[in-house]
Amino acid sequence: MSQTTLKVKVGKLLSLTDNPTHYCAGCEHGTLTRLIASAMDELGIREKTVMIDSVGCSVLAYNYFNCDHIVAAHGRAPAVATGLKRVRPDLMVFTVQGDGDAASIGLLELIYAAQRGTPITVFLVNNSIYGMTGGQMAPTTLAGQVTTTTPYGRDPVLTGTELDASKMLSGIEGAAYVKRASLVVTELESQRGKLYTIKNILDAKKSVENAFKVQALGGFTFVEFLSTCSINWKMSILESKRYVQEHTMKKFPLGLYRDTFGVEKK
Amino acid sequence: MPKQHVYLKGNEAVAYGALEAGLNAYFAYPITPSSEIPETLAKEFGNKEYPEYKFFLQAASELEAINMVLGAASGGARAMTATSSPGFSLKQEALSYAAGMELPFLIVDICRAGPGLGNLGPEQSDYFQSTKGGGHGNYHLIVLAPASVQEMALFPRIGFDLAFKYRNPALILGDSFIGQLKEDVEFPEFEPQRYDVSSWATTGAKNRPPHVLNSLELDYQKHYKHVGKIFEKYKQVEANEVLYEAYHTEDAETVIVAFGIAARIAKGVVNNLRKKGIKVGLLRPITLWPFPKKPLRKLASEGKRFLVVELNTGQMLQDVKLATGDSVTVDFLGRWGGVVPTESEMESKLRRLEMVAV
Repeated sequence: MSQTTLKVKVGKLLSLTDNPTHYCAGCEHGTLTRLIASAMDELGIREKTVMIDSVGCSVLAYNYFNCDHIVAAHGRAPAVATGLKRVRPDLMVFTVQGDGDAASIGLLELIYAAQRGTPITVFLVNNSIYGMTGGQMAPTTLAGQVTTTTPYGRDPVLTGTELDASKMLSGIEGAAYVKRASLVVTELESQRGKLYTIKNILDAKKSVENAFKVQALGGFTFVEFLSTCSINWKMSILESKRYVQEHTMKKFPLGLYRDTFGVEKK
Repeated sequence: MPKQHVYLKGNEAVAYGALEAGLNAYFAYPITPSSEIPETLAKEFGNKEYPEYKFFLQAASELEAINMVLGAASGGARAMTATSSPGFSLKQEALSYAAGMELPFLIVDICRAGPGLGNLGPEQSDYFQSTKGGGHGNYHLIVLAPASVQEMALFPRIGFDLAFKYRNPALILGDSFIGQLKEDVEFPEFEPQRYDVSSWATTGAKNRPPHVLNSLELDYQKHYKHVGKIFEKYKQVEANEVLYEAYHTEDAETVIVAFGIAARIAKGVVNNLRKKGIKVGLLRPITLWPFPKKPLRKLASEGKRFLVVELNTGQMLQDVKLATGDSVTVDFLGRWGGVVPTESEMESKLRRLEMVAV
């Protein structure tokens, strides 16, 4: 990958405040924050964007994004977004939800926002765990994965298998743009030793832009981002990145699940 | 719609009342006995008579509906939803958030019998949940209790006005009797007061710093101040917004305290007994929160006896006792489960009370 295709803006972004984030070292929330703010700057939408902050690690996003915010109750962000968007259709409305927030306690709100084709954007950070509450099992926790509430590994016989939100939404006609991307650097073996590529992150950046573009066209948009949680996974940062590569991506393959407006081709 | 001599159900009246009060957006979830409210507002959506009425949507759950209201109110709209007791329990989460975020909107609870599914008959057993802050944390709703279809028609005006004046959710607490009752109502000309929302509504941070509508504050001292500020606001509500009806209380020896449909029946009792020369009066709280403590305290200081009548096991009774103190007699007549006290039951209770006092 050549330098010229790297489009992530460096330097100060209008859509970001000067506050340092609270995210843990190695966490991809910080990466996503940068990608979203960068897209907001490039699309020139900051002044008409309202972020719905959801409960989870993204709840303090109002400290970081230099735009209007509503802080929703756990799982309710898509409903709050719907209410705002319907009375202020000129706004761009988006939320960053965790997998516990969107795929567990707020699954109904997510699915019905999609089912109605509500022109909002939901960014789902899938790190297979409840991060903010200290590492409990999420609907996306992999079978066998150890969490504080599955100390002997997640047992699919009792708790079912991993819930795939992108796949679930792929069957919903109202969803105009559904994609699974990754915020995790990928390790490559080469003759010169180990190399790390951010190809997935650049694609994630494109997905953020596409989601906003499709929202502007009037569609419901959803991007799931595979992420790590090294602190709660009890791994080193590098081990957690490898875990996504070796395990998470097998259960949650990256891909475009719906693209009604065909923005990916353009 | 004609403005005079309209024959409406209470639920229809509160829906038209909201439209007359400048409703912008309604978010629905059906539940008996309140469903005529969303049905009426679905039917009237698009009616050019109400140009401000911009959006109607049926949600997939009670939680979704109230959180849509919360989102719409964040955008500065006059938003509303209605429900009935089991649904009202589900609303408590969002009401707690909205009070913490200082959001103005209107909610209607057509109270039915509980606990659990109970039945569809009238009860006033959501009094605690309505007046004490039914969700978590320290907060109040501003609560209006209509006793007629006419009041159902007019209270959305007061509800929206108080909600925006104080930036707090307002509640109209009816019951299935008031909701289903059909009466002749009128809608006097009304121009709702417009409140400037530009200092807080989330409309996009253009040429201004961002607005953050939030109930979260991790700094304990700051949160202490934030909730303290909300309760300073509540003191203003308590000082300025108490509404009640005093009916023949001045020379009364016994005062019935009742709200909503119970007060409606009690009024008939007062009329009957007055004809027989028995000095009975009625104090009807119209705002259940703020509660009319002062007029009750004054009546107590004049040595009057009280009979609290409610369609529950004794909820407002506690507030009446707090207001009137230990030195007076406060008796209680309660009916629940959908059962409504009759005039003769109230009369015989009053006679016994009179005998006790003698």
